[in-house]
Amino acid sequence: MSDVARTTEVAAADSKASVKPVSRPRRGLWSASRPMIDRYKWYEVAALYLGIAVFLFFVLAPFIEGFLVSLKPLAQLFSRPYSFIPKNGSFDAYFTMWQSVPALGMHIFNSFFISTVVTLIVVAVVVPAAYAFARFNFAGSGLLLAGFLAVNMFSGAVLLIPLFRLMRTLGLLNSYWAMIVPGAAFLIPSSVWLLRTYMMRIPRELDEAAWVDGASRLYTLRRVILPLAMPGVVVVAIMTFIGAYAQQFIFALTFNSKTEFMPLPVGLFAFFGKQEVIWNELMAASFIGILPVMIVIVFLQRYLVAGLTAGAVKQ
Amino acid sequence: MTSTRSATLFALALLAPALIYILIIVAYPLVDTIILSFTNASLKQEYDFVGWANYQRIFGAGNFTEVIIRTFIWTFFSVALKMVIGMLGAVLLNAAIPGQALFRILTMPPWIVPMAIGIFMWGWMYNGQFGMISGLLQNFGLTSGPVAFLAYGETAFWATIVTDVWIGVPMVTIYFLAAMQSIPRDLHEAAWTDGAGRFYRFRRITLPLMVPAIITMSLLSLIATFNSFDIIWILTQGGPSGSTTTMIIDTYKTAMGSRKYGEGAARAVVISIFVTLFCIVYFRAVRKLQQGEAK
Repeated sequence: MSDVARTTEVAAADSKASVKPVSRPRRGLWSASRPMIDRYKWYEVAALYLGIAVFLFFVLAPFIEGFLVSLKPLAQLFSRPYSFIPKNGSFDAYFTMWQSVPALGMHIFNSFFISTVVTLIVVAVVVPAAYAFARFNFAGSGLLLAGFLAVNMFSGAVLLIPLFRLMRTLGLLNSYWAMIVPGAAFLIPSSVWLLRTYMMRIPRELDEAAWVDGASRLYTLRRVILPLAMPGVVVVAIMTFIGAYAQQFIFALTFNSKTEFMPLPVGLFAFFGKQEVIWNELMAASFIGILPVMIVIVFLQRYLVAGLTAGAVKQ
Repeated sequence: MTSTRSATLFALALLAPALIYILIIVAYPLVDTIILSFTNASLKQEYDFVGWANYQRIFGAGNFTEVIIRTFIWTFFSVALKMVIGMLGAVLLNAAIPGQALFRILTMPPWIVPMAIGIFMWGWMYNGQFGMISGLLQNFGLTSGPVAFLAYGETAFWATIVTDVWIGVPMVTIYFLAAMQSIPRDLHEAAWTDGAGRFYRFRRITLPLMVPAIITMSLLSLIATFNSFDIIWILTQGGPSGSTTTMIIDTYKTAMGSRKYGEGAARAVVISIFVTLFCIVYFRAVRKLQQGEAK
């Protein structure tokens, strides 16, 4: 095995460490059946919860504050002294924002549309590539894989100038494609990585059995491997969608200037840059944008942790 | 699988779409950046080769070295804070106490939510007149007047770092937590039987065994942070008076603000050289770590 392939193997071995569900039985903090090593003194428990509270406050403060701001009437926002809790809070901003930002619905649709198309492209391209990397040890495969990984290290920001010229030459500027095409490119490598790791766990004997039975390679991929790899494909699709949804900024800011194609973050950025920012409506609109992802977190948490840590190579 | 030749051809055919896509959208632009950096390209279609003129200009002007140094300081503090807070978070989330699973979910939002939207919220929190941080500081009597964090160079510099740390911490935490949980429990139990306390076990078992994860994560995080654009652009656009202008912001301003594509490309090439160096260090480190594991 070549050196490069080895290197990449390590990263794989490293990233395979997903958070395992804790298999220890649920036991109360002070129950007698709790293993001795997991027993805490009362002040240790207090310190742990306090630490977690501080940590989570740092992580969640912007969301808490953002939500409270969305409930505050504008007059209260621009009054002092500062108060954390809204007085006579209401959900008014959630209704008035549709008038203040007439294209808001459009922006939300664009965000979803762009992420969906990106996901479709990435999955279509990544499934065969991941299979190739998982099963065939052809000359240079290790080098190619490392090359794919290196793509992760370059951000779109560095390549902006030639990408801008490329989009202009292809006539894609100011269209959905200006955001979809480069957006998908930077999501392909980590998805290849993730799905390859998953496919390597499917026993090779299955391929061989199909081969012996006279199935063509393509048929084997379609009818034997793909159904088994489906859970992995679903994780990759979810991860790609979230990635595409989360990172809609720089390409959308630079390659598109038409309001009707802007995804939510850029649509709101225009709103954010104004002299008089209507903060409560901006926050309300932000929350609408965040909502779908929050729902995803709650329902697909289990897959996410596995997927995100395996994709650690990504950042 | 008998004939290797046809197997290779099949593999290449499977790879072709992804490969061609990456070649056009990533590899070609990378090469084009290098070519453009030797030209005076601008909005006009035609341009001339100007040799090293762009490089002479950016290194001659003086403030580019300042930008490079600033970028490194910014990146260093951001990565260091991410590692420290991420480790603390992982230790806290690893404790066997009720609510563990919920706390883990609650850690994730900054990572998964659209980045720009999280940054808007920070933009409000940093607001001097009415924002939460300035407001709470005043309410607790820690400052006498409002603090407009994004209006002064020094505070804006740290404010952008804090926001970058906020976005990076969840991933580091979850990754460290995964590494921590893959440490065999027997080790802890054996040490515990011998009377080792929690802190001692953390220092002598957990930390040494997590060195590979820490190295991997700091390098990955270094590369990501070095390339960070959205946070600074949304919060300060590199200001006030250039105090948060990192190399990426500087390149963006040159290229997209002033439309000096040639000079911008030269700046991008300098970034790419640094990123390539980081990549080499990363790949080497990962290989070394694996050899260490094999022993």
